[in-house]
Amino acid sequence: MMDVGRHPRINLLTYSEIEDISGYIGNFHVTVRKKARYVDEDACNACGECELVCPVVAPDEFQQGFSTRKAIYMPFPQAVPSVYILNDADCLGHNPIACGKCAEVCEKNCIDFDMEDELIQLDVGTVVVATGMDVYDPTEMDEYGYTRFENVVTSMEFERLISAGGPTEGHFVRPTDRRTPQRIGFIQCVGSRSLGSKGNPYCSNICCMNTVKDSLLLKDHYPETEITVFYMDIRAFGKGFEDLFLRSKQAGVHYIRGLPGEIFEDPKTKNLTLIVEDTVEGTIKDYEFDLIVLSVGVIPRRDSNVVQKLLTLSRTEDGFFMESHPKLKPVDAPTGGVFFAGCAESPKDVKDSVTQASAAAARAQILMNTGEISVEAITSVCREELCTSCGICVKVCPFNAIRGADAKAKTPAEIIEAMCKGCGTCAAECNFNAIMMKHFEDAQILAMVDAMLEEKPLEKIVVFACNWCSYAGADLAGLSRLQYPHSQRIIRTMCSGRVDSEFILHAFEKGAPIVLVSGCHFADCHYIDANRWTQKRVEKLWDKLERMGIRPERLQLEWISAAEGQKWAKTMRELEEMRQQVTREEVEFTMRVLREAREKAEAKKRKKAAARVGPQPKRTTSLEAMA
Amino acid sequence: MSGNDLRVGVFVCECGKNIAGSLDCDAVKEYAATLPDVVCAVKNKYTCAEPGQQEIKKYIREYKLNRVVVASCTPRMHETTFRNCVAEAGLNPYLMEMANIREHCSWAHINDWDGATEKAKDIVKIAVARTRLLRPQTEAVVPILKEVLVIGGGVAGIQAALDLADAGYRVNLVEKEASIGGIMAALDKTYPTMDCSI
Repeated sequence: MMDVGRHPRINLLTYSEIEDISGYIGNFHVTVRKKARYVDEDACNACGECELVCPVVAPDEFQQGFSTRKAIYMPFPQAVPSVYILNDADCLGHNPIACGKCAEVCEKNCIDFDMEDELIQLDVGTVVVATGMDVYDPTEMDEYGYTRFENVVTSMEFERLISAGGPTEGHFVRPTDRRTPQRIGFIQCVGSRSLGSKGNPYCSNICCMNTVKDSLLLKDHYPETEITVFYMDIRAFGKGFEDLFLRSKQAGVHYIRGLPGEIFEDPKTKNLTLIVEDTVEGTIKDYEFDLIVLSVGVIPRRDSNVVQKLLTLSRTEDGFFMESHPKLKPVDAPTGGVFFAGCAESPKDVKDSVTQASAAAARAQILMNTGEISVEAITSVCREELCTSCGICVKVCPFNAIRGADAKAKTPAEIIEAMCKGCGTCAAECNFNAIMMKHFEDAQILAMVDAMLEEKPLEKIVVFACNWCSYAGADLAGLSRLQYPHSQRIIRTMCSGRVDSEFILHAFEKGAPIVLVSGCHFADCHYIDANRWTQKRVEKLWDKLERMGIRPERLQLEWISAAEGQKWAKTMRELEEMRQQVTREEVEFTMRVLREAREKAEAKKRKKAAARVGPQPKRTTSLEAMA
Repeated sequence: MSGNDLRVGVFVCECGKNIAGSLDCDAVKEYAATLPDVVCAVKNKYTCAEPGQQEIKKYIREYKLNRVVVASCTPRMHETTFRNCVAEAGLNPYLMEMANIREHCSWAHINDWDGATEKAKDIVKIAVARTRLLRPQTEAVVPILKEVLVIGGGVAGIQAALDLADAGYRVNLVEKEASIGGIMAALDKTYPTMDCSI
């Protein structure tokens, strides 16, 4: 920690939050809000005079509320930077009744009640996301009485109670009577590996070994303490872990396989009892303890959605950030130039966090050492001769990469290639085929639809899947060997925003019984919110199909993330059931209705074009346009 | 380019038994050879391996291929591999298309030999249809700024920041709280070494 504060190349911004990130791999523009701490960071020498005179007393967050701090305080003795902070919510100086005692005694004059938040702009090539974790709050598991019984504490609270830097200076006492507990029970998997409605289904990775460690600390300080650990399995799989576990057992710690259903408190003694079935011995016993430690699990940071949105990341079902590939790219985020370190990606102990952090640093260096990177040539191009300057593309572009397209000035759309990320929403929304999406051209996609439906169209389901989420979800389904009927055929686009209404109607006209458009969930869209346009487009099509006498249910829209292999397989099974309900007559009717409507529209356009003078934006079918 | 100039090569990968174990790769290969503009169809045990890639390059030269379809795994896995491979043989990387007959077919229909084989044929057919219309593309090269943002100053953020700073890069370490240290700083001792966390 100290090394960070001293390092000449580290710009340390504490009490700061990321406000905005724009740009792309190699070129991110970042806005950081450095919140006012009301103490001049450079001037403060941590003399502590301010703290002595401050009249406000508030719970000390670092000590888990077991002791108090002042309104102006040092977060903890070894804090980096070693600088005081004034909590404006607690401080009287910010109230009408001004206090200002701290400012009076500060010799360096570093306290400034008028300090304001500062916005700092950074330009960086790579980003390491090390946003960490939160701790499971066991309040909802009322059977353990965490909020009802004072002598039930969490493993995080235990850390402060046993720490020499803690509120009791390392004298381990229980909250109710401040006596050193003689009988201590640990309950494992609190909030983890839960199949019920409370807690999370995943294993939090660290709690078994943390309890083993805690038991050894206790046995070290208080050899006479009776310690009992209630567990499901002890997962001591890391290097040196089994040794520690054996040491704990040899030190006399009892390990009982079985979790209690409920904890009761003796109102007089404040001791706690619980009944547990020992599933190894097959016996039911009751136990009495002076103190119970709930070994609480790890949860994703509650504010993960902020960074998720700013960097267009995805999260797995457990809520942690999703890596590019679970085996081959475990450190890379799906967004180029972004890497994960520590618990942001999954629950980890210190060693694994450090390992992944060094890996992330190495991955970032590989990019920066190279100094340049070629980006996929998947961007859109405006064919000015077809552009009517209607401006729809400007409106739908999630990246503001299109300008011009002024209907009054008659200027065509201009696409700024460096800003275009290639979602293709503009190409899908353009009514005049003026925008061409490189490598995902209309003609290329329509040719795929044609090839797919040339033979036995009734037996096939046309699926459009976005590259980042749904296509990857289908990959995961395969990787997990989830089985589903073979009727679906996939067309990959970078974003569901690319799926032009024309593609869907073309598929129905060619005899598709069912069409699925699939993409990322709204928060996960890799093109900010391009999939909102997908939804609008599909909703419009539902109305149109209905008006034409075609069952709208035959066009399905589903959000399937890269982590949802199960959902993919389930959706495929459901679509197959739907497909079997579609009759040949129904498909033939659809084909005829759509063909007639298209021919009519084309004839109308030709007539309109002929009536005009000079070169006109002509509504060609995309096949013609691409020829 | 007019249709007559197209020369498509299809490379069907067995991926050991990953693909060949659930569908008839020979049938897929033979079917591919009948598709429009396909001038050669080849089967490999592991197309991504060096011999497989060498074979693609050899066929590009011998058959003067100007489009390549690799029927194997997901492009999310090996698109870059095969783009680089065809580029080494002088073909624009965007003229290579992957047909995913593994994740989306052989692995998803393990006990459906005929169904999986029919689907794989279709997947190849669809890819060939797309390939015929592909155009060469030029990738833009963007510079990478030699400065880093590390979000979060817990143990992971600290380690990443130090490593990158030691390597000579300028690091911006942004921490929400008033001090770095995160959860780790609140722990008394940490396993397996049982020493102080700070």
